Amino acid sequence: MSNAFIAFQKNDESRCIVEAILDDNPGAMVDDQPSMVKIDVPHRLVIKRETVEEKMGRSFDLQELQLHLITISGHLDETDDEFTLSWNA
Amino acid sequence: MDMKVAKKLGLKERYSLMTRDLAWDTTFQKMADVFPQTTYEGIKIHDWDKWEDPFRLTMDAYWKYQSEKERKLYAILDGFNQNNGHLSVTDARYINVLKLFLGSTPPLELMAARGFSMMGRQMNGAGPRVACQMQAVDEYRHFQTQIHSISNYNKYYNGMDEFAHQQSRMWYLSDGKSFFDDAITAGPFEFMVAIGFAFEYVLTNILFVPFISGAAYNGDMAAMTVGFSAQSDEARHMTLGLECIKFMLEQDPDNLPIVQRWIDKWTWRGTRKLASVGMMMDYMLPKRIMSFKEAWEMYVEDNGGALFKDLARYGITIPKCFAQTVEEKEHVSHQSWIGFYMKPGATPFHTWIPTPDEMDWLSEKYPNTFDRYYRPVLEYLDAQEKAGNRYNNKTQPMNCQVCVSTMKFNEPGDSMEMCFRESVYRGEKFHTCSDHCKEIFDNEPEKYVQTFISSHQALQGNCEPDGVDVDAPDYRPGARMLDYWRLDERATGDFNGSDDQKNFAVWREQATKN
Ligand SMILES: [Fe+2]
Ligand SMILES: [Fe+2]
Ligand SMILES: [Zn+2]
Repeated sequence: MSNAFIAFQKNDESRCIVEAILDDNPGAMVDDQPSMVKIDVPHRLVIKRETVEEKMGRSFDLQELQLHLITISGHLDETDDEFTLSWNA
Repeated sequence: MDMKVAKKLGLKERYSLMTRDLAWDTTFQKMADVFPQTTYEGIKIHDWDKWEDPFRLTMDAYWKYQSEKERKLYAILDGFNQNNGHLSVTDARYINVLKLFLGSTPPLELMAARGFSMMGRQMNGAGPRVACQMQAVDEYRHFQTQIHSISNYNKYYNGMDEFAHQQSRMWYLSDGKSFFDDAITAGPFEFMVAIGFAFEYVLTNILFVPFISGAAYNGDMAAMTVGFSAQSDEARHMTLGLECIKFMLEQDPDNLPIVQRWIDKWTWRGTRKLASVGMMMDYMLPKRIMSFKEAWEMYVEDNGGALFKDLARYGITIPKCFAQTVEEKEHVSHQSWIGFYMKPGATPFHTWIPTPDEMDWLSEKYPNTFDRYYRPVLEYLDAQEKAGNRYNNKTQPMNCQVCVSTMKFNEPGDSMEMCFRESVYRGEKFHTCSDHCKEIFDNEPEKYVQTFISSHQALQGNCEPDGVDVDAPDYRPGARMLDYWRLDERATGDFNGSDDQKNFAVWREQATKN
């Protein structure tokens, strides 16, 4: 099964986003690299607005991800509540 | 009082209102006449409304987030420059990677901006038109911010000021130029596979992710902020390329062989373009985070492999060149660096022999190839340099007619043999670097006979600075190549003994002592 992944610039906001991903995606693997962080999840990776809001202590629009994003892998589905990356095989 | 509160529209609805709802089918003119380019490549589309928009950025959100990205980027650049950030990079050798980047990357971003502006006009569907238009604006931003981020270095170091002039003329920049020229002169769907898939998914994932992370590791906050800021847009671009591939495959089974041929072709062209990025990672970053081979495995073998496995349900198979790329990942960065090292008089950046501990790092990262094939060459060149005989190849290179790389890659399965292929078209011989480039040539020879190869053009008298009389009796073709390139001689030659090396040492000394 292929990994879906996402990478962010390392900063305070993305730290909360990464924590949310780890909570919502059992099996997530974190790869810490200079000034960036990459998270791999087998098959499907989901970022939930509610969890990120909990971590940040403020309301969060999932499209704010754009500011910290570096790269992604997988087919993307974007709604108001969830940002999902997945592979069919 | 009863107040009816309108429910806020969801993301999907908002996006579809902006795209589908604002678009219309033409009636005074036939749609086929308004959008004539989307049929001649043989791709059959039956229903443009089946296009799924991956990112659903409406205009207000797009401007909001892009302007926020710009504010962050320029704040970091200002801070870095204000504080003489250029002196905090690991050592002055690092700056040469920026010179190579400046010549090779921003001009391609500009070509991407042009190409996607064309796609924004040529695609029938409103969904892809909007996404392509946004991508064109993004690419323009990349072109500008990359130049801005490096302009501060240009105040202190040699060899950066003529990159725009050199882009269409300089021998080693021809591979990237030909990549985009090939793509932009193809039809719209091939362009989407070339740039949306091969360039965004294969190339930018290595150039703007591990390489930029490496730049950050070497203390270059300017390259870090501009590279990652660009890549945040590229994530959107990759999904657009991917969606276009899925869309073609879903629309008609007849599209499969055409798409497969493009995937085969552009995976190979992307691979060839990456050889110099490999050298930037393995040789030009004084501090290294990962080898090119490791980056290749992560972003091309695993990530590309994931995509091909996923597309297998449409009948797509792994690109034909894949096995060869796996073999070559242990060779190309070394072959590229040695190739550049041997031409010290012909590039506006310096080259050098890696230090002994850097060679040990290369041995460790390339256990199958470095000690066996490349260390002996580098040690020989080093001994020659120390004996006052620095290698300097003054001949014109031979280039591949398709990818325009200099011929330097080995025969598959035989690392000691140089690989050449030959085709004959209308009685003339053309050379390619590999089976895959030969196949590309043979499929469209009338296109690739037009490739601009500076070594050929120079001998034909087409590479002369203004004022040279090519009919004069004492005319020698190519004798004034350096003027034609506007090559700053201070920027050429070995790093050892260069102005950059001396100046950096003096300035750093001033920055750290009273
Ligand atoms: Fe770009
Ligand atoms: Fe792009
Ligand atoms: Zn080639």
